[in-house]
Amino acid sequence: MSKVLVVTSGKGGVGKTTSTAALGAALAQSGQNVVVVDFDVGLRNLDLVMGAERRVVFDFINVINGDAKLAQALIRDRRIDTLSLLPASQTRDKDALTPEGVARVLDELREKFDWVICDSPAGIERGALLAMYHAEVAVIVTNPEVSSVRDSDRIIGLLDSKTAKAEAGEKIDKHLLLTRYNAARAARGEMLKTEDVLDILSIPLLGIIPESEEVLRASNLGAPVTLNNPTSAPARAYFDAVKRLQGDSIAMTVPTARRGLIGKLFGRRVA
Amino acid sequence: MNAAPSPRPFLRLRGRSFVALVLSPEAPVAAWVAGLDAQLQRAPSFFAGRPVVLDLAALTPQEPDAASLVAAVRARGIHLIAVEGAGPTWPGAEYWPPPLIGGVAGRVVEVPDEVPTHTPAEPAALVLAQSIRSGQTILHAKGDVTIVGAVASGSEIMAGGSIHVYGALRGRAVAGIAGDPSARIFCRRLEAELLAINGFYRTADDMPAPLRGRPVQAWLEGGALNIAALE
Repeated sequence: MSKVLVVTSGKGGVGKTTSTAALGAALAQSGQNVVVVDFDVGLRNLDLVMGAERRVVFDFINVINGDAKLAQALIRDRRIDTLSLLPASQTRDKDALTPEGVARVLDELREKFDWVICDSPAGIERGALLAMYHAEVAVIVTNPEVSSVRDSDRIIGLLDSKTAKAEAGEKIDKHLLLTRYNAARAARGEMLKTEDVLDILSIPLLGIIPESEEVLRASNLGAPVTLNNPTSAPARAYFDAVKRLQGDSIAMTVPTARRGLIGKLFGRRVA
Repeated sequence: MNAAPSPRPFLRLRGRSFVALVLSPEAPVAAWVAGLDAQLQRAPSFFAGRPVVLDLAALTPQEPDAASLVAAVRARGIHLIAVEGAGPTWPGAEYWPPPLIGGVAGRVVEVPDEVPTHTPAEPAALVLAQSIRSGQTILHAKGDVTIVGAVASGSEIMAGGSIHVYGALRGRAVAGIAGDPSARIFCRRLEAELLAINGFYRTADDMPAPLRGRPVQAWLEGGALNIAALE
């Protein structure tokens, strides 16, 4: 049974694309057939973060327009063969995404993959709405700061009204992914506390990804952090998030970087 | 249920008048046809969509080329609706359109010389002295494209002819899009995402690593896209 998952946020720069790549790679490593789809037409980045930018020939828009077959546009990851990418077009804009075209391509992807992960563009316009429309599961990426939380709240409202599930009177499965979490700063009161974010958004918490240079390093190397350094703190947090996504119940901790020779894991219980 | 007696079908007729042009050939016929050709050359669409009547009153069937005159006029795409001023004794008269009734003589029609619609000659080459940014597409279906600057990742140059980039080529270059296998791609620094000529392409992954960052040219040979350093 395939699932369509949208990674969304409203606000830009909170880590949607990074999280899409990390979650996709983690799911694929667990043996699932995964495709990550870049909906950010005109400002594509997922190909870079996935390290596939040198292999793009055809893209999502070519498939929608019938210029290429889906199989021609899909790029299979060289590191995990159960992970594929459908890149966006950089030379077009969101108007090139048609509701019928998106529906047709997503139907075809559902047949081939267990998980279809849609990387939403920022904003609440056409691109973001089409990315979420077919989803059954939503991961709302939020930073522990007021502007990000308010934008996430806006997106949750849209998820509950502008998706196919909502239109059918059903509820979309929503999860909060708190990213760029800095425990020290949160303790000093410079960031919103996890409880405060959960209190405002009142959706279940999928994971807390600690702020880490590892994330930046992985992005610049063109590798999802869950592939580039699977033992790093953010990678372990993404692996835990994926287990929760698959229904496992795991205690919520913020993994921190390992210290000392024995590599002891300092887990901090936060929620 | 009884059907009501159907009334006689009502035929709606309306009058409509068109001005027919009357062509009156004179002897010698060959010279007159040459004159008609010259006129058509000056104003090619003058007779288009207009009904034409051929008045042969000034000719006799014995005149050289007279027999083929009707065919000659038709062959020039002129829409003949009637031939007048000649009896059924003319050779080929059985193939003429039936004579028309009535008609009022009109004024002499001046044939205007058509001003050929001015199409500015498309420049064979497009020269852009600027860098091409991500997301931009430069499409020049005819001729070469020359970029004096860099072509960024995520941008696209498409040319009917060859592509010349005096700078780093980091985006896509698609040459010979109108089906020209002799088109080439030249750049000062190869960092391209994709090179294509006349449908043959190579992605960055398929380009020889030693050529990255070097001045190169790409061309089609032996059914493949070749890339070689320019120095």
